[in-house]
Amino acid sequence: MGQKILLEHANVPGIKTYEVYRQHGGYRSVEKALKSMTPDEVVEEVKTSGLRGRGGAGFPTGMKWSFIDKKSGKPRHLVCNADESEPGTFKDRYLMEYIPHLLIEGMITSSYALGANLSYIYIRGEYMWVFRILEKAIKEAYAAGWLGKNILGSGFDLDLHVHCGAGAYICGEETALIESLEGKRGNPRIKPPFPAVSGLWSNPTVVNNVESIAVVPWIVNNSGEDYAKIGIGRSTGTKLISASGHIKNPGVYEIELGLSVDEFMNSDEYLGGMMNDRPLKALVPGGSSVPILPAHLIYKNAEGGDRLMSYESLSEGGFATGSMLGSGGFIVYNDTTCIVRNTWNFSRFYHHESCGQCSPCREGTGWMEKVLHRIENGHGREEDIELLWDIQRKIEGNTICPLGDAAAWPVAAAIRHFRDEFEYHVRFPEKIKNRDHFVAEPFEKVKHLVAKQTV
Amino acid sequence: MKVTIDGQEINVEPGTTILQAARMIGGESVPPAMCYYSKLKGSGGKCRCCLVEVSKGSEADPRPMPKLVASCVTGVMDGMEVKSITSERVVDARKSVTEFLLINHPLDCPICDQAGECDLQNLSFKNGSAKTRFVEEKRTFEPENIGDNIQLHMNRCILCYRCVMTADQLTDNRVHGVLNRGDHSQISTAISKAINNEFSGNMIDVCPVGALTDKTFRFKQRVWFNKPYNAHRDCDKCCGKTTLWMFGEEIQRVTARKDEYHEVEEFICNECRFDHKDTKDWVIEGPRKFEKDSVINQNNYTRKLDTVTIETEKQILLGREQDRKKISMPAVPLKKDEVQVFKEGNI
Amino acid sequence: MKISHVKQDINITPELQARIDELISHYPADKRKSALLPVLHEVQDAHDNWLSIELQDKVAEILNIKPIEVYEVVSFYTMYNQQPIGKYMFEFCRTSCCAIRGAENLMDYTCNKLGIKEGETTPDGMFTVVGVECLGACGYAPMLQLGDYYRENLTEEKMDALIEECKNGQVKLH
Repeated sequence: MGQKILLEHANVPGIKTYEVYRQHGGYRSVEKALKSMTPDEVVEEVKTSGLRGRGGAGFPTGMKWSFIDKKSGKPRHLVCNADESEPGTFKDRYLMEYIPHLLIEGMITSSYALGANLSYIYIRGEYMWVFRILEKAIKEAYAAGWLGKNILGSGFDLDLHVHCGAGAYICGEETALIESLEGKRGNPRIKPPFPAVSGLWSNPTVVNNVESIAVVPWIVNNSGEDYAKIGIGRSTGTKLISASGHIKNPGVYEIELGLSVDEFMNSDEYLGGMMNDRPLKALVPGGSSVPILPAHLIYKNAEGGDRLMSYESLSEGGFATGSMLGSGGFIVYNDTTCIVRNTWNFSRFYHHESCGQCSPCREGTGWMEKVLHRIENGHGREEDIELLWDIQRKIEGNTICPLGDAAAWPVAAAIRHFRDEFEYHVRFPEKIKNRDHFVAEPFEKVKHLVAKQTV
Repeated sequence: MKVTIDGQEINVEPGTTILQAARMIGGESVPPAMCYYSKLKGSGGKCRCCLVEVSKGSEADPRPMPKLVASCVTGVMDGMEVKSITSERVVDARKSVTEFLLINHPLDCPICDQAGECDLQNLSFKNGSAKTRFVEEKRTFEPENIGDNIQLHMNRCILCYRCVMTADQLTDNRVHGVLNRGDHSQISTAISKAINNEFSGNMIDVCPVGALTDKTFRFKQRVWFNKPYNAHRDCDKCCGKTTLWMFGEEIQRVTARKDEYHEVEEFICNECRFDHKDTKDWVIEGPRKFEKDSVINQNNYTRKLDTVTIETEKQILLGREQDRKKISMPAVPLKKDEVQVFKEGNI
Repeated sequence: MKISHVKQDINITPELQARIDELISHYPADKRKSALLPVLHEVQDAHDNWLSIELQDKVAEILNIKPIEVYEVVSFYTMYNQQPIGKYMFEFCRTSCCAIRGAENLMDYTCNKLGIKEGETTPDGMFTVVGVECLGACGYAPMLQLGDYYRENLTEEKMDALIEECKNGQVKLH
């Protein structure tokens, strides 16, 4: 049984309400920080903890905080990124829905560390009922004196509000999120300047993921050093994993980083193995943007070492044989899945979500979707596979924001690891007419049709 | 600050972007710019045509930048070394962006008023491929009427946002913007409203392609058959300095004066642009000069022409010297009866 | 952008106005525009779940911004409807994790049952079915969004029951 930091009290009845949350030690970190620590000391603890941003990029949170521009004298803001939209990821929603006060406590402590007096939680519009849960929780926190003027007599003022988006994946990119918070279209900004210098309303701003902020109370209550003891190497602490797909027990799990993928997949404490005991075909370990892994690279890396749930282990082998921990969106596919169809599905997603600002992403995502749609529907040409590879290569790295890369990587990885499946689609169009073509006849059974033959 | 672009060194002020520094140097190293416009605040960074490779970050931090950067929005650092056309990655990226911009762009240059002064044509000429790999149907938009002066042709738009910034920065009541999202983003007023304010015509000049053209000039002339003249008039709204596009005695179009990067020197008002098509309204300064390889020079009239006499007929009749020699080889003397036929005819 | 020519009755009730004022108060006085997204949600909820151009103009007036600034935002975000839609809009998530657990088949089932295609509204104006991208409920697939709430771990039987509930007016949307 791994240590629980975020979900320790998740099953306590009534933990959603302020009273119960407080009875279980809630808001202690605010008391401790405001009464006995300077803001810089809080930042130091978070730095020591080695906490890495939980939104996907894995950038050290403490370091991000230390970049905020304090010299300019402008008001500073902390914005919580709760625009969770990466396919495969639903952990932040769980956290906010069941323990809303944990996020609010984290926001207060973190705002204190950054010297922010006006902070926001930006939540995706689809989570409307969670938006209302947070609004209510914020009101409770105001009523109990944790928000507002001169909190706990410390002289620290903080106003905290929750802001809702309205359906745009791109607003999970921090500068697009800021634009959206300003009441504009979610077009990512050109960087530099970075938000730490010029963010919300041109003020210095830090944008952090829900999970990153929710872990700050524990770090302050205990210590950065204690947090760093959990986990493995530079992957410190625990991480929420959203598990979905063809598994027995989908849901949100808190794991200590460094757990083996095998144990996470197959132990009854976690995912409990494959649904209906069908064979495992592929895994997307960190949300739709990260490269997909074929069965033989999931439990072991290319060198035969154990694959662990950590930032480093999942990316072993680079994109050639590895992937990324990303946001922890763990999607498992069994042998009935069509990789071409799934790649088309992801491409449609990115095409739909591209903001349209820069040319490679605006035009390239749509092009990839169209080509993949043709292949999946039996109208593919042999040269389309090369074409797809070339399009994704031309998008990657040439766009304003990481959405371009996120759209390119899944396509690249699918071609890299499942090229024969693309060839099968091109060469046997009559066999893939049905949407569920691999349900009755999994690819393993027809693989020999596209096997390379040496004469 | 010292910056080196494709091996060419230049000293520039802090705050200068790589693109501006390259323009100071001039020549082949200047990256193409489809969305950046030095006169519009906040423009640039979107089209990705001007990507360059920074092979040395600065004197203080010499590490190269891992990704290509948009030269129009990246400031120079002291000691920075930049590769533009000397980098294969950059050339490849430019080709990629050109292909992306063209896949959905209509192939209607033969009927497009922008043809001949179109930045996308120039970009394609340099970086485009003769063949398309895009077999899908092109994206199209419903036509929208935005008034009597400006023709919006959304299918041609590359979403540079310049016209939106023009409306934001030159007028105080912007009525058009970018609507929808992704590859269906479009320039629109949403309600087919006429865009009518003192400076709306500048949207035409800043548009790098044929998405916004002058309705009063529509289908009138190919730009290279016009003769552009610098002219001015006293105007209480703008500088009054324009280029008149003449055909004979007729002023077919009035635009602002554009520099070698096709940016206007100064914005002009709609009155100058649309309402003064009589030569009596203008003081004509003289012919406007264009860069050497511009198609506008097709109809070159800026230098005095020598009279050219072509003696075609005579030359054809005479034939070339060497041929004449061949044909007039010493012939075998005619026979007697042949001489007879030769002299009297074969009747 | 498609403009609807259906006339919409605009009614900013005192309760709605109070809610709008509350939302505006969350931002600095000179940053009223920031309240645009939340305000549009509230206004849309109070107006049969769609935003006509006239209603968008009204929001621009309330926030003291240009109408085009509202149009730009409304057309960017998928949750704002620019056309009248059915009273009950079933928004099926069809992205990967839901798709592999049968979301597409379930959407087809629902469409057949209601006699419409994806993206259409039943003639009586009761139901609209649309396929949308990831809603963040990947572990509880297949699922749909109805009003402010999610319906998860769906089956054909559960879908039948949900349609019945809607027909009987037992479903809370906001």
